[in-house]
Amino acid sequence: MTKEERYTKLQEIIKPYLPEDSRLEAIKPESHLINELNINSANLVDIVLDVEDAFDITLENEDMDEMQTVGDAMKIIESKLK
Amino acid sequence: MSKRVVITGLGVCAPNGVDLRSFTRSLREGKSGIAFQSELKKLNFGCQIAGKPTVETNYLNNYFTSLEQRGLNSSGLVYGVISGMDAWRDAGLEATSAEETDWESGIIFGTGILGVDKFREAIHLVDEGNTRRLGSTTVIQTMASGISAFLGGKLGLGNQVTTNSSACTTGTEGVLMAYERIASGKARRMLAGSCSDSGPYVWGGFDAMRILPRNFNEDPERGSRPMSQSAAGFVPGSGAGALVLESLESAQERKAHIYAEVLGGAVNCGGQRSGGTMTAPNDIAVQRCIREALDHSGIAAGEIDSINGHLTATAKDPVEIDNWCKALGLQGGDFPYINSFKSTVGHCLAAAGSIECVGTVLQFAEGMVFGNVNCEDIHPDILQQIHRTKIPQETLKYAPKVIAKASFGFGDVNACIIFKEYKP
Repeated sequence: MTKEERYTKLQEIIKPYLPEDSRLEAIKPESHLINELNINSANLVDIVLDVEDAFDITLENEDMDEMQTVGDAMKIIESKLK
Repeated sequence: MSKRVVITGLGVCAPNGVDLRSFTRSLREGKSGIAFQSELKKLNFGCQIAGKPTVETNYLNNYFTSLEQRGLNSSGLVYGVISGMDAWRDAGLEATSAEETDWESGIIFGTGILGVDKFREAIHLVDEGNTRRLGSTTVIQTMASGISAFLGGKLGLGNQVTTNSSACTTGTEGVLMAYERIASGKARRMLAGSCSDSGPYVWGGFDAMRILPRNFNEDPERGSRPMSQSAAGFVPGSGAGALVLESLESAQERKAHIYAEVLGGAVNCGGQRSGGTMTAPNDIAVQRCIREALDHSGIAAGEIDSINGHLTATAKDPVEIDNWCKALGLQGGDFPYINSFKSTVGHCLAAAGSIECVGTVLQFAEGMVFGNVNCEDIHPDILQQIHRTKIPQETLKYAPKVIAKASFGFGDVNACIIFKEYKP
């Protein structure tokens, strides 16, 4: 899987958690998951579980704390896959 | 001076109909929702029949977003949301907008236990040391008040939003609690209902108590036999019912359709004394509850046209009839008509009271008393109390004006409510 493919996959994971009528393009690397994408903070734990399943990795509590933006999430995924 | 309270919306998700129209038709025609459950056979249940609403996956899209459907494994929550949202719509009401809370409307939506299948999932993950994999919805799918909380958020209601629990009286008690809140002026509208999960983890305890019928696994539709001599125990059921209660003035302002008026009612407990136990009723308490309901409603016993009993299809049915006779001071041909919807939906436990209140109120709209099934062999002890014509074997074209509905539950708890046709 290329980095672009991984990024698209991450977008697809995040999309169902957006409030209705949001499009995939709204999910940009700099987008803040809660403040900009308006994701319910309770759903962040579900996104983490979906990411773990999709990339076959395990995220730690510290990873979750650092995961503020889409780009942060991408960085964490890349580091786990190394 | 307490406010008059009317019913302006109904919703149901029952074993013999998951919408109001099909449920009405089933009650009118005596159509059963009891079916053989292969899951129960596989698990060596003595009773392998049950009442379970048939909810197709695409039907869920009308009530739950795709996100809400992810990991959704709480059947009681599903039934409750379907019935609650249907009742709200049936009353001509809508969810509020994103920035608006309806402070005048609330919810009392009861349950016995919620989301047992989700809880089972969670138990396995926790025992494996995998708590972090539970996800965000385990709590809301398994907390008892998950159902009232979920509906409250869907509809945007800001008055009291709570969940009551009193075993098999839960639904009827909830309607009375909603009535009282409106009558006292604390709310204009209340969504009252209750729900109960399906499945072996809810029903297993009753099978173990040997109070479910074991001899109808080949003939499920004949298994639930209230008032019958061959009654062999109650058939477990599940589902949800919901009613919108509203002050008369609010209903009139909105020009809402009014199904019936709630005149009042009573709840009590026998204290597990004088023959009452955790599982058996104190007859004095049952009779008191019925009489208090009449007194509170300002209705004389002779004005009651029809009764929807608790009548579960156990050996206690003749005792219930005896209690009604003594409480009302009526017997033989003077006794009102009486029916039990459990013959076609089973005993829906915490949901029984609400599903049966919906069915009871539908009789005003239909101008009918729905018939009983499976009691062609009426118990001889019952026939000593009341005339056989008072137990209709088929739906009667008879428009009742006043109907009493009672529910009784484990813990020796009782609830009785009086409905009346609406007259301005």
